[in-house]
Amino acid sequence: MDQLSVAHLLGIKYLNKNDIDLIFKTADGFKEVINRPIKKVPSLRDITIANLFFENSTRTKLSFELAEKRLSADVINFSAGQSSVKKGETLIDTVNNILSMKVDIVVMRHGNVGAGVFLSKHVNAKIINAGDGTHEHPTQALLDSYSIREKLGDVKGKKVVIVGDILHSRVALSNIFALQLQGAEVKVCGPTTLIPKYITSLGVGVETNLRKALEWCDVANVLRVQHERMDIKYFPSTREYTQLFGINKELLNSLDKEVVIMHPGPINRGVEITSDVADSDQSIILNQVENGVAIRMAVIYLLAQQIKR
Amino acid sequence: MSKKTLLNSKDIEIILHRLACQLIENHNDFSNSVLIGLQPRGSYLANRLVALLKSDYNIKDLEFGLLDITFYRDDFRRRDEPLKATSTEIDFLIENKKVVIIDDVLFSGRSVRAALTALESYGRPENIELLVLIDRRFSRHLPIQPNYRGRQVDAINHERVIVSWKETNKKDAVYIEQK
Repeated sequence: MDQLSVAHLLGIKYLNKNDIDLIFKTADGFKEVINRPIKKVPSLRDITIANLFFENSTRTKLSFELAEKRLSADVINFSAGQSSVKKGETLIDTVNNILSMKVDIVVMRHGNVGAGVFLSKHVNAKIINAGDGTHEHPTQALLDSYSIREKLGDVKGKKVVIVGDILHSRVALSNIFALQLQGAEVKVCGPTTLIPKYITSLGVGVETNLRKALEWCDVANVLRVQHERMDIKYFPSTREYTQLFGINKELLNSLDKEVVIMHPGPINRGVEITSDVADSDQSIILNQVENGVAIRMAVIYLLAQQIKR
Repeated sequence: MSKKTLLNSKDIEIILHRLACQLIENHNDFSNSVLIGLQPRGSYLANRLVALLKSDYNIKDLEFGLLDITFYRDDFRRRDEPLKATSTEIDFLIENKKVVIIDDVLFSGRSVRAALTALESYGRPENIELLVLIDRRFSRHLPIQPNYRGRQVDAINHERVIVSWKETNKKDAVYIEQK
């Protein structure tokens, strides 16, 4: 189990349990590195990585860029807003042009589902999916599980509820795959309009009552409502959503246990989660961000290891 | 495949005591010195020396850490087998300290080179010394020599030096094996 079973990180569904264990073990090493006075190792000094973000991102882009720099890789960045994509260039052409500048790894976020898989079949580079439409966001799911493991000791046997806009969330789908692979129980909770119809076929429970969901779980991973992906109205008003699915201190205090609160960001404070919950001791939101760098270093390191000179 | 015993457990015990005394000669009470074992194999020797210094030589405060050099190795992507990381346990800075790197076998010197680079992340030490149990002569790829050595061996390239520790292999011994 010293090598990943996959040649690209396209989604959690292509990984097995050994892959996840290996990524976590490698990330443990990098977590120690990024807490040193000098937070850098020379491993990838002969590797070049392109970050292609065809969709907006703050956290993920910065986290990937930092992970790459901490590994001493050369990094080039690309955002669709300022590029020739607007001039009508195809995805394969764009990427092949970038690869002809001798790039070894491509980190890509794209609005279309399967963009990473498509690219991996047509270009000669390692592909890391940093989010493809409403499909998968594997590094987020890995860092979420890693953070649960760090907080609770193990992921196996834990009960995790994912609250919010499941329909438009790549974080939800990747998390479901990752958590189940590690033996956790998963439920989703949200308005019925924002829960995909066939989600139970993945073996997850559905709960529309937030209080019941919180009473059941050890961990609540709270998602943002993705207004930008909504072409129609899925619920009457934001105020009503907050009343039914917003997590506040009062609700958490009324439970007879402490639920670990997670959020992949960006947070809409006062909508899906109140400020006092997001900033409380039960929240591990900022740990997730820190772990994100270690996890991404591990993924990049393990994939780079497969590139033969 | 023939196997020859180079050191038995009695030999190793004597050597450990000698190395401990040599360290004390140069580092007194270790108030400004730190010992760093190289993961994974150097950690057994380092642990043993630290225990000995504390129990038999009355050294009280001894700063001691374990360093993993995986991410600093120069053969990343150049070998068939993937590199495997272990943990680093250094919870202090080495700024202005006297550092002793500890490993079991000195062969090409490349691990020590990686360790020197890795240690830069923890500050600028006053000086760095190297202690090894077995020093394989005539096999160096780099200009690196130990300051303290348990035993020097003239093993040739197709021979392997195997260090076994009672913590993992039931008994202390060093063998030379024909590949």
